[in-house]
Amino acid sequence: MLRIPCPHCGTRDEVEFRYKGDASVRRPAADADLAQFAAYVYERSNPKGWHLEWWFHSAGCRQMLQLWRHTVSHEIHAVGTAQERLPTPPGVTRSASGGAAST
Amino acid sequence: MSDTAPAPRRFRSSGRYSALRLLREALTGHRGWTPAWRKAEPRKQYQVVIIGGGGHGLATAYYLANHFGITDVAVLEKGPIGLGNVGRNTTIIRSTYYTPENIRFYDFSLKLWEGLEQELNFNAMVSQRGVVYTYHTDGQRDVMTGRANDMRLAGADCIELDRAALKNLIPPISLDNHRFPVMGAFMQPRGGTVRHDAVAWGYARAASEAGVDIIEHCEVTGLRQAGGRVTGVETTRGFIGADTVCLAVAGHSSHLAAMAGIRLPIESHALQAFVSESIKPFLDVVLMFGAGHFYISQSDKGGMVFGGGIDAHNTYAQRGTQWIAQEVAAEGVALLPELANLRILRQWGGIMDMTMDGTPIIGRLPLDGLVMNGGWCYGGFKAIPAGGYTTAHLIARGESHPLTTHMDVGRFAEGRTFDEPGIGPFPWMH
Repeated sequence: MLRIPCPHCGTRDEVEFRYKGDASVRRPAADADLAQFAAYVYERSNPKGWHLEWWFHSAGCRQMLQLWRHTVSHEIHAVGTAQERLPTPPGVTRSASGGAAST
Repeated sequence: MSDTAPAPRRFRSSGRYSALRLLREALTGHRGWTPAWRKAEPRKQYQVVIIGGGGHGLATAYYLANHFGITDVAVLEKGPIGLGNVGRNTTIIRSTYYTPENIRFYDFSLKLWEGLEQELNFNAMVSQRGVVYTYHTDGQRDVMTGRANDMRLAGADCIELDRAALKNLIPPISLDNHRFPVMGAFMQPRGGTVRHDAVAWGYARAASEAGVDIIEHCEVTGLRQAGGRVTGVETTRGFIGADTVCLAVAGHSSHLAAMAGIRLPIESHALQAFVSESIKPFLDVVLMFGAGHFYISQSDKGGMVFGGGIDAHNTYAQRGTQWIAQEVAAEGVALLPELANLRILRQWGGIMDMTMDGTPIIGRLPLDGLVMNGGWCYGGFKAIPAGGYTTAHLIARGESHPLTTHMDVGRFAEGRTFDEPGIGPFPWMH
């Protein structure tokens, strides 16, 4: 069971939250080609390591949160609101598009 | 005829198993048994290298060697074979799917399961005890009726059971649980269970007999390419060259594809399974709870083997979260109240490749010579024979088997997704 430190409500159990997927994908510009939109909708880096993801605090503040979580140890590196730019975990670089690359 | 199982091809083995052999060995102190497969050392070059010594990797190697005439094959496994998802599932086989294409594929698999033990000369304990699905609302009955009709049109079997027939078949079932009373059920009599470890061992033994090298403790660390073509794999035991490389590493497909710079439409999630203490015969079918996500069968040792839904968040950790375990237990007790008396002996997790449409991927990747068998979501075990056969067809013939033309990775960009669960590209909602 994850314990997620919500910036508004404090540390709460995972059961209060809903997972909402990869937060590193960015919608391409409106004039981008079909391949870029297909990649945006379907392709994921699915890293074995640090993952930037959305969680919705459905039974708390009802805000969308961003989380850096490790997909093997489940350690949480940083939590923030949807607008924040979170500090990246060690060994992770962020591409210009906002997507994360884990090493 | 693509939908009929190919005629089993016999292979001759010095270690062929039979009742006569057992009797002879019993009289001579069992000194004649030899290891079931060779512990091969890696060679420098192979025609085909298969990454992953699980069910699909070993089955692909077996069918390549025995049905498609390609024996210059190596199967690379980072640990010992059979300890990944092939040994971590709930052992259920069935062809109860919604899309006609997937029904035909999984029913082809069921036909191969039916002849598997004779073909491999290995007792995999294939038990066609029947798979039963309960329904709890009018809408569910209509959807399941549609599915049953689609299955029968595709040549699979499916029958409807009313409440009396269901109670007669499964005496301990609670039809009138307060929240989700059972209205009836559908059953696929040809569905059932298989001893999962024996599937890995049986395919490994038969592939090894046919000349395939099964190389354990050999982890792939990189994919080498030249001129837009894969040329081999970097491993912890050195470079191994190959004309064709096949990924059969469901759970870790994204991780391996990333070595070639390829992003896949897949997220990895954990699926938990549980086994209780052994009890006397209690349940002689596979039972699935239509009001939630719960399925259960009884192993030959007497333990109740059961599971539920996936953990919502991406993970590569082979364990599950507690709230899913609690939900699985609650659903189990709602369906079979006597389960409340049982203690759970073991709980574990396996890592699923969850594709963005819930349908697997068998096809070429965008690098010449690289093919993939993966994206099995939680349906990988039952698909092993058909997945192996059709992947071998793809490698040997250079084109998809007719049953898997809809499983190519190009379907996502071209708008041909096969949304089996009907929820869109959101794996965490399964």
